[in-house]
Amino acid sequence: MARKLPALNPDNSAFWQGGAEGTLNMHHCQGCQRYFHPPAPICPRCLSQDVGPRPVSGRGKVLSYTINHQRWNADVEVPYVVAIIELADQPGLRLVSNIVGMPVDEVRIDMPVRVTFSQVEDVWLPFFEREA
Amino acid sequence: MFDRLFEKDVAISGIGQSEVGRPSGLSAMQLTLDAALEAIADAGLSRDDIDGVACWPGDNNNGDAFSPVGPNALISTLGLKVNWFGGGYEGPGPLAGVINGAMAIASGLCKHVLVFRTITEASRRLTDKTASALTNKTIGRDSSFFWQWYTPFNVLSGINLMAMYAQRHFHEYGTRPEQLAQIAMTCRANAALNPKAVYRTPMSLDDYMGSRMISTPLRMLDCDVHCDASTAIVLSRIDAARGGPNPPIRLEAIGAALHQPWSWDQIDLTAMVTGEVARMMWSRTDLKPSDLGSAQLYDGFSILTMIWLEALGLCPLGEGGRFIEGGHNIARDGVIPINTNGGQLSGGRTHGLGYVHEACTQLWGRAGERQLKAHRASVVAAGGGPLGGSVLLVRE
Repeated sequence: MARKLPALNPDNSAFWQGGAEGTLNMHHCQGCQRYFHPPAPICPRCLSQDVGPRPVSGRGKVLSYTINHQRWNADVEVPYVVAIIELADQPGLRLVSNIVGMPVDEVRIDMPVRVTFSQVEDVWLPFFEREA
Repeated sequence: MFDRLFEKDVAISGIGQSEVGRPSGLSAMQLTLDAALEAIADAGLSRDDIDGVACWPGDNNNGDAFSPVGPNALISTLGLKVNWFGGGYEGPGPLAGVINGAMAIASGLCKHVLVFRTITEASRRLTDKTASALTNKTIGRDSSFFWQWYTPFNVLSGINLMAMYAQRHFHEYGTRPEQLAQIAMTCRANAALNPKAVYRTPMSLDDYMGSRMISTPLRMLDCDVHCDASTAIVLSRIDAARGGPNPPIRLEAIGAALHQPWSWDQIDLTAMVTGEVARMMWSRTDLKPSDLGSAQLYDGFSILTMIWLEALGLCPLGEGGRFIEGGHNIARDGVIPINTNGGQLSGGRTHGLGYVHEACTQLWGRAGERQLKAHRASVVAAGGGPLGGSVLLVRE
């Protein structure tokens, strides 16, 4: 499935390439000891610039999701699931991803999930699958 | 909190709208001129009286069908001589042009600001069925501030994000599809009375439930309909508006707050930014939700209308589904009539300014067959995700 990929830069590359080492990296602030997303050169909470990527557990739960049925272009296979995942490492630490490896109609809110990576060119897309 | 409420110095003095085509055979500029000239004449003004122009989102230097005409193009084409003009996407949603124009007047830069919004997505669909639905228009690798976090996961249309708000609302509050259906059905019933509306044939609950699923739980009939149209209003300094042919419609209060990240997932998933927008607006007036005669609420996707109903205090938070169930509360003769021209779901995606046009049409008693009982106050709110703005309108 051809996907539009992000342009890598010093702020986001640890997130998009962490999968090369099998880790999901989220930006972490040394000032307030909290994670934040998306990554940026400053913590939006305490304005510390002592921030950087840190490996997280890769485990979380589904906050919300949708089963997309519309074939927006010839490259996408439908249906697929888009979800907002809340990571177990910190309440409110969220990201958007896909739920893969299971029937789409079995996805539920609060379902436990864990990260699984899929490499496309120099990007390791962090997908999520149902936690066994 | 605020020591000066600038919007009290500003009123709407005239309105105009082109044909609403699906598609229209007219050029984007012709549509824009039809709306602009009608609005200027309606305000009892001439071209030379207009000394400011505002638009959201402007043409973004690319003329995309989402917004093919910006202030620069209209100023040149109409030969306007302005002291201030502005457009651009970064603002509190589709009502940003109104809010910015009002600020220009209140700050003393202008006396009469022409605010307009042109859209030609119906024409665009003739050559590409999905182009107007797609969120990310960048070429090659994506370096946009927020789409880069969504597009790699095939979030290819805004509906995927709206659908997740809807799913979460269903989960937290027990909202059901049969309840949400009432937004689309109410708009369709209203559209039947509006000769300019795109879709006017009756819609049943079965029609809604049977419509194609696009992104669960949202169906095709939860999505607004592309059209080619332009809408314009004239904002005037309140003293100047009082000398015009129409009773001034004052900007009683505006809401433009953004207290959360500019993001579609790092925000409140069942209220988005509507809460802070509505709180700001109500903090700037003595009026209350019970004073409103109509509410023209953004329905780019049906779920957004329901969320605005809650945020504005027209029903309790989380109770949107139960409030709209059966459709009686939001019907023309209900507690709070919504989207009385058919909204964007059936009237056509005029995108933001169409709601202001309809609110004024009703406040001035010009709505013909679809005229509501006489009222003095109306609310317009537009946007979804981190985009949100509202305006409370009062006819003098």
